[in-house]
Amino acid sequence: MASVEFSNVTKIFGNFNAVSDVSFSIGDGEFVCLLGPSGCGKTTSLRMIAGLETPTSGKLLIGGEDVTHYHPKDRQISMVFQDYALYPHMNLADNIAYPLKVRGKSVTERHGRAKEVADVLKIGHLLDRLPSQISGGQQQRTSLARALVYPSQVYLFDEPLSNLDAKLRLEARGFLNHLQRDMGMTAVYVTHDQAEAMALATRIAVMDQGKIVQYASPIEIYRRPATTFVANFVGNPPMNLVPVEAVQGDGQLRPSADGLVLGGLAMSSGIGTALGAGKTLTLGIRPEHLSIAEPGAANTIAGKLFANENMGPESLVTIERPDGSRVTARIFTDDHIALDQAVKLSFSSEHVHLFDGAGNRIPADGETPI
Amino acid sequence: MKLTLPAFIGRIAFSALAALIGAAFALPLLWFLFAPFNARAELGLAIPDPWTLSNFVTVFGNSFAVQALWNSLIQSVGGVILVGAAATLAAYALSRSSLPGKGAVTYILLLFSSVVSGSAAMVPIFLIVSAAGLIDTHLAVILTFAGGLLPTAMFILRDFIDSIPKSYEESAMVAGASPVQAFFDVALPVIRPGIVVVVVWGFVNIWGSFLIPFILLRSDDQMPASVAIYSFYSEAGTPIVTLLAAYSLIYSLPVIALYLFVSWKFGFRFFGGIKA
Amino acid sequence: MTTEPIIETKPKRRVKNFALLSNRAGAMFLTPAGLLVSVFVIVPFFWVIFVSFTNRTLLGSTALNPEFVGLANYFALFDGSNFFQRGQFGFSLILTTQFVLASALLGQALLGLLLAWLIQTVPPAVKRLTETFVIAAWILPEVVIGFAWFAFLDRDQGTLNALLGTVGLPPGDFLLQQPFWVIVVFNTWRGAAFSMMLFSSAFSSIPPSYFQAADVAGASSWQKFKDIGLPLIRGHIVTDLILITMWTFNTFTPFLLTNGGPSYRTELVSIYNYRVAFNDFQFGKGAAVGVIMMLINLAFALIYLSIGRKKKVR
Repeated sequence: MASVEFSNVTKIFGNFNAVSDVSFSIGDGEFVCLLGPSGCGKTTSLRMIAGLETPTSGKLLIGGEDVTHYHPKDRQISMVFQDYALYPHMNLADNIAYPLKVRGKSVTERHGRAKEVADVLKIGHLLDRLPSQISGGQQQRTSLARALVYPSQVYLFDEPLSNLDAKLRLEARGFLNHLQRDMGMTAVYVTHDQAEAMALATRIAVMDQGKIVQYASPIEIYRRPATTFVANFVGNPPMNLVPVEAVQGDGQLRPSADGLVLGGLAMSSGIGTALGAGKTLTLGIRPEHLSIAEPGAANTIAGKLFANENMGPESLVTIERPDGSRVTARIFTDDHIALDQAVKLSFSSEHVHLFDGAGNRIPADGETPI
Repeated sequence: MKLTLPAFIGRIAFSALAALIGAAFALPLLWFLFAPFNARAELGLAIPDPWTLSNFVTVFGNSFAVQALWNSLIQSVGGVILVGAAATLAAYALSRSSLPGKGAVTYILLLFSSVVSGSAAMVPIFLIVSAAGLIDTHLAVILTFAGGLLPTAMFILRDFIDSIPKSYEESAMVAGASPVQAFFDVALPVIRPGIVVVVVWGFVNIWGSFLIPFILLRSDDQMPASVAIYSFYSEAGTPIVTLLAAYSLIYSLPVIALYLFVSWKFGFRFFGGIKA
Repeated sequence: MTTEPIIETKPKRRVKNFALLSNRAGAMFLTPAGLLVSVFVIVPFFWVIFVSFTNRTLLGSTALNPEFVGLANYFALFDGSNFFQRGQFGFSLILTTQFVLASALLGQALLGLLLAWLIQTVPPAVKRLTETFVIAAWILPEVVIGFAWFAFLDRDQGTLNALLGTVGLPPGDFLLQQPFWVIVVFNTWRGAAFSMMLFSSAFSSIPPSYFQAADVAGASSWQKFKDIGLPLIRGHIVTDLILITMWTFNTFTPFLLTNGGPSYRTELVSIYNYRVAFNDFQFGKGAAVGVIMMLINLAFALIYLSIGRKKKVR
């Protein structure tokens, strides 16, 4: 296994800046997810590691070696493609063993090794079938087997689960997690599915418009999103973002908005230093940190009931605020919740996130600034 | 849905009309179903009595006729090999390389290929072939058709290759294959159905062609079957109908067989869209 | 299944800008096709223009040393005194225009449209049978088709006259009496399959729910054709008309049935070109005919390509 390092890498297609001046490194044995919406540059970044795109400028290192201009075949990597790219004219054994064939291994060795890997992936009984004769889940595992059949420095995954239905995707995700624990491989995994990234990654690089917005562990990204973009992208349903105004009161700055009551909120002193009164901020609360307000709750946000969806183990309660924006709460109960037209949701002050006018996180008191 | 009476009558009328048109298309061909098997066939429609294969025996006894079929085969196969190989390479380059100006090249070729038809360019084609000293050779027909069919063949194949995900070759290269290995191990087998279609299309075109060999060839031992059939019924005062009927049927068989093969293998419309 | 990577130390291939096929390989791949197309398509295009300004012939002194004659060949083609006479260029051009209008735009396109619509609705057996014969007329080699019609139209024994006899109509020698209409019907018959297949695949690409919605609304078959089918395949109709016009304009197949006769009455420009160049051996004049044909082709090709481009932009 080996580390991967991006050093000031930029990739421009025509006049589209796919990746702009990105620098980060992936440690030996790490499983890094590149997460972001389509067009954010995550797939281009992955393809540059593979050598399928050449950076317009900057350097790319694998295992400390500058591979920026190496042909893909000389990088000693393996990759699982979104569409699996299984060769329709070869049976599974030949598909899986193709990397060994181009390395000049004998047929016996090839097929022996293919069988070994296929058995681990539970497709050992299908080796003489053609790709068109097996199911989507089996095709996905075949392409995984082809990536695992020979030792690589880095394993690359380009949205490998996106063509599976929801149930198979969960199963495959669990298997990949198990594999990572077992092998300790260096892996780079591209996805737009935040749940997949959270479940698999040791670190997540959240990308937007060709740049890395935050590069941190899944827990860190969930607990302390660096920007409103990250806050909105990670979590399902996403974090509620409420525009608030900084007003002077009781000798300190505090956020204020229609229907928002902040009783026991100890505000970060950062606000005072960073902002004057009258500035617009964003206040964020995750749906799972909201509950139906008991009388006398300190921090509340109020609105008209908009929707009340029972999901089984939880209910999603959405309220509409006077300015038309909506706030959703995840209430963990398997019971139906009876609600009036006017609903008040409460939250505790340690779950409040604050972002400045540019969308950057304002650290809470005692939190190390990002 | 329940059919009302007028709708029912409408359906019957539609079927009757379709069948009538089909019959009208069949009429000029009916003769070919019977005459080849009738030892006393004339130009009139008559059911053979008895059915016989003697006309075919006559054909295979006629060395000129057999030679012409053989010539057709040489010219078609030769032309198709050239078209298939050159079009595959060129289409692959047009689809997969990032050569500057390949879009413009495509456009210009498409334009020229539809402007320079055989009947408009017969004079310069004849002059080029005679300047090259190739008049009355198989090679003249082979090269002329290769050049003429290539642009269309390239576009058919380029569209086909464009529709194939690049991840096939990419995955091969990531797995360690050189560009040459990726082309032969992965790309070529995946493109093969497209090549088959182009080859069949080219074969049918050359095999059935008349004007180009008619202009470029002189001697009997180079003539393809199309020119032979034409000379059978146009030059020899009264055509030998029995021979012609059987010979035309033999000559048509490869086209019919290939047509059936392609519509069985790739579905019927695919072939439909690309003839001519 | 953990395996430690063995660091491969073989020489690494360096690429400046990765592409599946490098520019150099791409250029090599294009070379054979480029040469063949240049020599047999592009060179003829320019050569024919050059030859049209000379008095080149097949035999005699001007075969080897043709003289430059300027526009003389074109003046000869467009000579006002005999332009419209049979056997002259003007007659051929007008004949060809009529031929294209009648056999391609009216015959093939309308018949193709009718067939495409009919076979959507008729039972599969009828559909298959009709399709088989229509397509057979199209795929069989042109020489065979020419001979089939020659037999079909034979004055004394032909199937057509036999058929006319059974319904009490007098026989006719159609190739002598109505040669123009014979080649019009012949070409319609020969080429209707293309339009039928193009339109029928266009019709079948329309989601069935469109027609079912019309059924629910109570539309008749004619209304469905006029209001849904036709507007949705407009693009295909334009494509079809341009393609069959170009093909019919360039076709040489009627030569196999009539030889351009009797007395030039079926001498389309392609056949005229052949006669001038290869019977009269006037290559210069034949080349001038070729140039005019190519100019007409060019006009149609440009229209066709500009429509194709617009479609791609969308």
